[in-house]
This record gives sequence, structure tokens and C-alpha cells, in this order.
Amino acid sequence: MVGLEHYLAVGAALFVIGIFGLFLNRKNVIILLMSIELMLLSVNINLVAFSSYLGDLTGQVFTLFVLTVAAAEAAIGLAILVSFFRNRGTIAVEDVNVMKG
Amino acid sequence: MSVADFAFYLFALTTVVGGFFTVMARNPVHSVLWLITAFIGATGLFVLLGAEFVAMLLMIVYVGAVAVLFLFVVMMLDVDFAALKAEMSKSLPLALLIGVILLMELGTIFGVWQFADGAEAARVAVTPALDVAHNTEALGQILYTQYILLFQLAGLILLVAMIGAIVLTLRHRTNVKRQNVMAQMHRDPAKAMEIIDVKPGQGL
Repeated sequence: MVGLEHYLAVGAALFVIGIFGLFLNRKNVIILLMSIELMLLSVNINLVAFSSYLGDLTGQVFTLFVLTVAAAEAAIGLAILVSFFRNRGTIAVEDVNVMKG
Repeated sequence: MSVADFAFYLFALTTVVGGFFTVMARNPVHSVLWLITAFIGATGLFVLLGAEFVAMLLMIVYVGAVAVLFLFVVMMLDVDFAALKAEMSKSLPLALLIGVILLMELGTIFGVWQFADGAEAARVAVTPALDVAHNTEALGQILYTQYILLFQLAGLILLVAMIGAIVLTLRHRTNVKRQNVMAQMHRDPAKAMEIIDVKPGQGL
């Protein structure tokens, strides 16, 4: 029987991979956004695992909200990326400080 | 090892390997495809945990919408990804250091887990037995009653995100002819045409 800690281990590994990806691909905003998606997915795995093993549905409800926010964040992030690329012709993150007012 | 255990290890491996190659792949299109693999693995894990609704939602929202959005943007942007990747090796030591430290910290979860004495009593929404209500029905019963405000706010977040994405990416090109509906509807025959009575043999 697979225990709770197995699922938590998968969540932890995925979260660490997400952090690793953030530091590894500091130039490429698309991969950065994908790393953030991976980290949110690991949070979802933890929430659903605890929800299932404790027998409390609240965790799954909050997974839905995390999912909503993740989808909205991906859409807005990619929209900012597209308009930034149109204006500057590059997606290098170092140049993004031109956006500060 | 039972079938459920085997399925768990299969899906867990799919998820972790998919996540690893998402951040390591040289080609961003491959990254998106590995991301889809990771999501499919997580979907399998959720099904194993008995959360079918969240699993199907993950499949539809992530694989069907978010990953396709990523793929679309990766293919739309004409970026020299090789140049971006060339600097990857510089940040590899820092990334490895932080990753290993964080993994060691999170490794403390490999103890024996047990819920606290009061945890069972403190549950807010106890999962009903399968013969009373299945997962989707039970989720709906608390989502539309107890969490109705959060549910509506989640819808509002999606609406704002949709409007924001449209406003950010909308652009009006100057050299493109557009249909002006109001101008079309406000035309009248008196202004638009002139009837000339041409006499035979004279012309205009």
C-alpha cells in the first residue's frame, strides 16, 4: 500500500525541479513560466494527497482554486511576454526592468 | 507489488521525469511536450488518490488549455533559443546548489507520518462514503454551498485574466482596412448617389 509520504515525496521532487528550473533558465521567460506551473502542480499534488488520506474534501476544493489562479497566471504571463516581444524583439529577462515606471 | 502500487510508481516516475526534462530540454517545444507528460502523470496520481474530478479538470485545463497556450506562444515567438540556452551552463552550479539544499530540507518528510489526534475531528468537509456520493457529486455539494463566494471570485479572476490578456495583446494596425459598421449604417441614398438625367445624343 502506497503511503502518504510517497505522494509528498513526488510533490517535493516536483517542487525542487521547479525551483531548479527557475534558477537554471533565468534568461528564458517561457521556461520560467513552465517552472512556476510545475511548482503549482506539486502544491496541488500535496493538497490532493492530504485531502485523500485525511478524508477531507476541502483540499480538493482548494486545488480547484490553485488551478484557476495557475491558468489565469499563465494567460497573463504569456500575454505580457507576447507584447514585450513585439516591442523589444527579445524575451531576455534582464531587459524587463524597462517596464518600471 | 499490487497493481495500484505499480500504477503509482509509473505515474510518479512519469511526473518527475516529465518535470525534469521540462526544465532541461534544449528545445522549448520539447519542454512543453514534457510538461504535458508531467501533467498526464499527475492526472494518474490524482485518479489513484480518488480525486477523479480534479484529475479530469487537470487534464482539460492544463493539457487542453494551458499547455496548448504555451505551445502556441513558443511557436509564435521567433526567438533564438540556442543563444538563451548557451548561458544555461553558467547558472547550473547555483541552481544545483539551491536544488540540493531544498531537496535535503524537504527530505525530512520521509519520516513516519501520522495525523494528530484532533485532526479527524477538525475536518471541515468529511468525504462521504462512495455509495452516498461519488467524488464529483460530493465536491459539487460543498463547492456550491460552503465555498460559493470563493467559487464566484475564482470566476472573477478568470474574467479579469481574460480581459487583461486581450487588452495586452490587442493591437490596431494602421495600414489595414477595417469595416466601419456605424458608417455603413448611417449612409443614406441622398448622400451616397446622384441620379443624372442624360439626354440622348448629348452625353455628360
